[in-house]
Amino acid sequence: MKNLIKIKRMAGDFAENKDIAKRIRIEQLMPALLKQNEVIIDFGGVNGATQSFIHALISDPIREFKNIAFDNLIYKNVNGDIREIISIVYRYMQESIDSDNI
Amino acid sequence: MRIFLSNQGNLRNFRQFVESLDLSNPRKLEITTHNKWITVHPANLVLVVALAIKVGMKNTEIIGDIPDTGRYLDRMGLFNFVKTSSPFHYHKKEESGRFLPIKIIKTAEEQSHFITDMIPLLHLSEKNATVIKYIFGELVRNVLEHSFAKSGAVVAAQYYKKTNRVSIGICDTGIGIWKSLQTHWHPKTHIEAIKLALTPGITGTTRREGGTAENAGAGLFFVKSIAKITRNYFAIYSGSAEYTLHKHNKRIKGVPRLYADPSRDPHGEINNAPSFQGTLVAVDISLDETPEFNELLTGIGVVYDKAIRERKREKYRRPRFI
Repeated sequence: MKNLIKIKRMAGDFAENKDIAKRIRIEQLMPALLKQNEVIIDFGGVNGATQSFIHALISDPIREFKNIAFDNLIYKNVNGDIREIISIVYRYMQESIDSDNI
Repeated sequence: MRIFLSNQGNLRNFRQFVESLDLSNPRKLEITTHNKWITVHPANLVLVVALAIKVGMKNTEIIGDIPDTGRYLDRMGLFNFVKTSSPFHYHKKEESGRFLPIKIIKTAEEQSHFITDMIPLLHLSEKNATVIKYIFGELVRNVLEHSFAKSGAVVAAQYYKKTNRVSIGICDTGIGIWKSLQTHWHPKTHIEAIKLALTPGITGTTRREGGTAENAGAGLFFVKSIAKITRNYFAIYSGSAEYTLHKHNKRIKGVPRLYADPSRDPHGEINNAPSFQGTLVAVDISLDETPEFNELLTGIGVVYDKAIRERKREKYRRPRFI
């Protein structure tokens, strides 16, 4: 099953409100990943986002679900800036996952 | 308390401004100005207003004559927070393309509205708007989330056409950085707390690498790095400490090098400033020097990763040799 999350509808054209990111994460992302469903996060119409917003959106799914999250989270209509921020969060979360066990 | 607004209120002179503050007698705030010319950075203004809100309008006044250039204080909205009436009578200039007057932000919704509304006021291109939105987005959120300030974030900005620069000030009278980091990091001094807060991956909410679900400890590092790459000033004042990132030397070519450790950046610091209960962050952004935002992020991301990797390695068990 595929889930579609349209960020602009909830966060506007500049995604900075972490409360909204948290709500999307808890109400949509985590339940979908728990069922191993694919989630398409659509950034169409979103011009920018803060690292804090992206972190609040996807860091916990990555930490909790690891490969399930990597396999099932798909990003659509992402501009260069947001793509870079998502990549940064992916990198540092993967670095940090290992260190949880040290 | 007494604050002097001089004719040299820019971030190059931020240290002098901080050292000139008299924060004794916290029930009363007197503001004095240079008698001929006033130049204020938005950071100076937001500090004045944050303290004015704390002591109350009836206990805040501007003492002495205010020169003609003081009408800028009126335009920025300072007289809305003091009991002194504005001596200036004029047709207020259109705000567009010049400045963001002093604004108080208390909720995430107000922050979102502010970020949407401010760009038309500053008349910025999409590329530059992204940088400014980003900075406000991170810094205001820090206040709302970590400062526990009842009066929220006091913000203001000014666009300088001649130098194509945006100056930003954000202030709160909350718990300050030192207290915010006490639970997990136990900084000994206020300057140590500021430096920890500027270090990538360090957040007051956890010691765990990667942060919590909501905090990664990246916001201030990103903003300081943006200021460094655009070759400009960045300053923080909290408790008895002040840290100012110096402007990168223009004669040194290439993109300024970023460091995870703020002590390695060319900077000035003091740990014996007048004790300020709260946090003030000031930043200048030269729009001429701003590269594509994703390029800027790439550079910042590389340093961020490296910092986490190095901190992780510090925790590795080492072989025991005898």
